[in-house]
Amino acid sequence: MRGGEMDAYFCLDGVSKRYGGLAVVDAVTVEVRRGEVFSILGPSGCGKTTLLRMAAGFAEPDGGRIVLEGEDITRVPPNRRRINTIFQNYALFPHMTVWENIAFGLKVAGKGRAEIASSVEAMLELIDLREHAKKKPGAISGGQKQRVAIARALVNRPAVLLLDEPLAALDLKLRQRMLLELDRIHDEVGTTFIYVTHDQSEAMSLSDRIAVMNEGRIEQVGSPVEIYEAPRSSFVAAFIGDTNFICGEVSGFPDKDYCELEVAGLGRFLAYNDKKVPRGESVTLSLRPEKLFLERERGAREGVMNEIRGRVEEIIYLGSQTRYWVRCGEYRLGVLMQHGRFLLDQRPVTWGEEVWVRWHADDGYMLQSYTEADEALLTVSDVESGEAAEEGHDAD
Amino acid sequence: MMPISGQEGRGRRGEWLLTLPSLVWLIVFFLVPTLLVMAIAFKPAEINGGIGQGWTLETWRRLLLPTYPAIIWRTIWLSFLCTVICIVMALPVGYWLARLPSRWRTWALMAIILPFWTNFLIRIFAWKSLLHPEGWIKEGLVWLGLIESQANLLYNSGAILLVLVYTYLPFAILPIYAAAEKFDFGLMDAARDLGASRFLAFRRVFLPGIWRGLWTAVLVVLIPAFGSYAIPDLVGGPTSEMIGNKIAQRVFTERNLPHASGLSAVLALIVLLPVLVSLVARMKEERAGASRKEGRS
Repeated sequence: MRGGEMDAYFCLDGVSKRYGGLAVVDAVTVEVRRGEVFSILGPSGCGKTTLLRMAAGFAEPDGGRIVLEGEDITRVPPNRRRINTIFQNYALFPHMTVWENIAFGLKVAGKGRAEIASSVEAMLELIDLREHAKKKPGAISGGQKQRVAIARALVNRPAVLLLDEPLAALDLKLRQRMLLELDRIHDEVGTTFIYVTHDQSEAMSLSDRIAVMNEGRIEQVGSPVEIYEAPRSSFVAAFIGDTNFICGEVSGFPDKDYCELEVAGLGRFLAYNDKKVPRGESVTLSLRPEKLFLERERGAREGVMNEIRGRVEEIIYLGSQTRYWVRCGEYRLGVLMQHGRFLLDQRPVTWGEEVWVRWHADDGYMLQSYTEADEALLTVSDVESGEAAEEGHDAD
Repeated sequence: MMPISGQEGRGRRGEWLLTLPSLVWLIVFFLVPTLLVMAIAFKPAEINGGIGQGWTLETWRRLLLPTYPAIIWRTIWLSFLCTVICIVMALPVGYWLARLPSRWRTWALMAIILPFWTNFLIRIFAWKSLLHPEGWIKEGLVWLGLIESQANLLYNSGAILLVLVYTYLPFAILPIYAAAEKFDFGLMDAARDLGASRFLAFRRVFLPGIWRGLWTAVLVVLIPAFGSYAIPDLVGGPTSEMIGNKIAQRVFTERNLPHASGLSAVLALIVLLPVLVSLVARMKEERAGASRKEGRS
């Protein structure tokens, strides 16, 4: 047995789907390991729901294969796949009680009465809804419906559980509770979860690995930390958390690990050169706001620290932290300062002040690809465009 | 709680006031005449076509004569069979209509309603000429060798059933379509996802989901089919009469109003039965719904 085959418990292998002439899913390859929580994260319209429907069997791919435990299931209908889905609106059967909803899959599979009863009871125990077993879905709350949907899927002991934006219909508090609940359930049953969402914080907190999807393609696959700290493209950097983009040209190599960037109007900066970019090439750095520091005095310019002079344009105080927008030439950098100490005793930086923005050269991550349109995803680059991006999110 | 229930009381009184005109209308023009018809059934008939004095069970005695139970029985089975066939045919059509893209749906609905543009009697006459011994359906079937040349397509129960189904099918499709249109087809995906075949998902999830539309379809086909008069009169023969024909004969030919009233009463009682069943079922469901709401508050 080769390691590679062991890894791919469930595999979407070059899967495509076209509607009209448009490739909604474009040769996507995803390998999911047994027992992991694998998230597919992307904005609405990126093709993630279509990908999920193909995994479940509701849509047939135009190209590629779907493989579960080495068996090609591309043409197997949904009712004969060992895959169950939790639908966005739960899709509980309104004419059946909670108990009957959970029992549905087992009944259809022709299981014995005693086995059904004990399995359903065990599931009711797992989701802690025993006292609501005789109620119809119309009589229970959104969070409870969600749990019934989970139980109804898991009772069939699926090889893979697909979760389609399962928390989208819940309010914020409930969403956070359900996230913990999902995490607990996953720990208890150990089923392979494929979690589709547009909410990066859900994906980050729940997943072992995340595939970031954009315009029908996978941009990057990796652990939450990898995705956040080492984004491959400007899309990934901007979609997951906030960041600043700085574009420059490689102008020199002070030592073997670092290169010097010439940024128009701002000067020269050091950047960690893990991509081994040659001299003269343009590169874009992603600078996370929390990795930038504001100082009144210029620091001793140690070898690997970068500094830019700027003027504070905007401040949003958030309690535990403060967001600053600092104008540095044509750039407007977002900075996030965490407040570790009692703030009233200090003299925090305020509007109109001239400050130094500092960051460690290792913290500016060099992107492999940069698309200017991705700037629109940022909330820090500009207050106005930031709001527009926010509205865009609400709309989906 | 108290002020709310007070308001509710006032709301209920307002509801009664609003209902009053139609209630009075129904009592004066529907309930009273029905009771009058039933009462006439207990009166003696006069030779000249009038209604005699006093009370008698003569009508009911005559209804027990062997010809009547046969006609009543034929009316029941023809109507039931017509309903079953209409529902079985309307279900896939309603399902298909609800899943159709909306721009096609309008045209499909138009096509279903299209027959109503032609007068009902004219359409029955059309069937009469189609099924006629020299009509092209008959000749076509003979040519195909499916029936013998002396077989009769017209003036029998089969012809009645055919035209009944033809007439009432749109009435079955429309309520089923209306219910299917509101049905959440995501539930079918969920059922399939949980291992149900297409047929099982249809039976266990779709049918319960459109339950009300289904019942409406049954009632709007069954009740008028019971009371059919024109269809058996035109395409049925003397051996395939329904109650409606007999009532007409008693009124127009024999001028025996008490007898016609008796038959009408029997018809009304048969029709009432499925309505009562659905009423009880609906009340049960509403009571369950009410207790569910109490449980939530």
